[in-house]
Amino acid sequence: MKVTITVNGKTHENDVEPRTLLVQYVRETLGLTGTNIGCDTSSCGACSLHLNGESVKSCTVLAVQADGGTVTTIEGLAKDGVMHPMQQAFMDNHGLQCGFCTPGMVMAAIGLLNENPSPTEEQVRIGLEGNLCRCTGYHNIVKSVLACADNK
Amino acid sequence: MIPAPFDYKRASSAAEAISLVSEYGEDAKFLAGGHSLLPLMKLRLAQPAVLIDIARIEDLSYIRDAGNHIAIGALTRHMDVEKSPILAEHVPLLSFAASHVGDPQVRHRGTIGGSIAHADSASDLPATTLALGATYVVQGPNGTREIAAADFYKGFLESALAPDEMLTEIRVPKMNGATWGFQKFNRRAQDWAIVGVAAWKRGTESGVGLVNMGSVPVLATSVAKAIAGGASIGDAAKLAGAEAEPQSDLNASAQYRVHLAEVLVRRALESTSK
Repeated sequence: MKVTITVNGKTHENDVEPRTLLVQYVRETLGLTGTNIGCDTSSCGACSLHLNGESVKSCTVLAVQADGGTVTTIEGLAKDGVMHPMQQAFMDNHGLQCGFCTPGMVMAAIGLLNENPSPTEEQVRIGLEGNLCRCTGYHNIVKSVLACADNK
Repeated sequence: MIPAPFDYKRASSAAEAISLVSEYGEDAKFLAGGHSLLPLMKLRLAQPAVLIDIARIEDLSYIRDAGNHIAIGALTRHMDVEKSPILAEHVPLLSFAASHVGDPQVRHRGTIGGSIAHADSASDLPATTLALGATYVVQGPNGTREIAAADFYKGFLESALAPDEMLTEIRVPKMNGATWGFQKFNRRAQDWAIVGVAAWKRGTESGVGLVNMGSVPVLATSVAKAIAGGASIGDAAKLAGAEAEPQSDLNASAQYRVHLAEVLVRRALESTSK
């Protein structure tokens, strides 16, 4: 089936099998491998990206469901070689260790602040409930998100 | 993991969706947010030959004040139920329960109608709408009919929906100042409840729904009867397991689940959740 999806500002037209997952589409069809596949069961959040401006788990969305939509992946955040403030905050606050969860964590964190620009620490922790970090780096991840909040 | 191959059809209206499902029969499944169905398909626990995508039917996503009840379109997403000012005012138990479904990413996609039609006793919203005395409106080839939540859940992942019917609206009575509580016991924030309780109370009237206490969501009628008869919350809560037939699994034995239900029913009835 033919789908038209705008990813990181560029519109793509591709013929996909209906069973193609959105995460497969961005990784394999478009070659954007920054979005990781972790648990593959919508638990870990590693595959989080933005669909029409909201964070979703792209292992549990079909590419055909995103037809006509707008997607932002981790590759779409930096502008002209300058990192997005959330990426910079993760770097400044040591918000990552192995880095596997980081793309999903950053996308979920940006989505969180889009919906609640001035969260409390508790709201950040609850807001990131869908993203797992196996290096147990939550403390610095929360610190990174709070550094980007309007009420920092 | 990738689902087995299927044909993909897109419906732009409820009538078109029903005509498509009538054409393909039991080989077809409706796809809304996909957050119950797609995981099952990836695990090959479901292998429909045809998916009928209903998510683009625009007029089935709404939350309206309909006088004595609130009418919720089946395609309304959990996030919209969670953030609805109308529900916060009139049915706060439901918006609070919706805020505990999965995680934000899941709530951006999953729908209230999908969760109810999937009829999973471990999901939060079937038991919550059951406790609230909701009515479900379903549409089929011969028009619409209403099914009381208490008559809807028939068995493990089985509902009173006929294969050619689609859930279109959920009608939830206004709570009119009832106190309420929602308790979800799990190990990790985003997990399904090991046991969950949705409960409300207004004088001697009450409603108590149990999550994951058997193959269907459970209406704890013995608790409500005891409260109507003047029993204290503590005494009534001891009857929480009377209608339940919980299973033992990796997380909890059946006996432990009954204990949890008694404790959580008491907590849910004693204080309003925040």
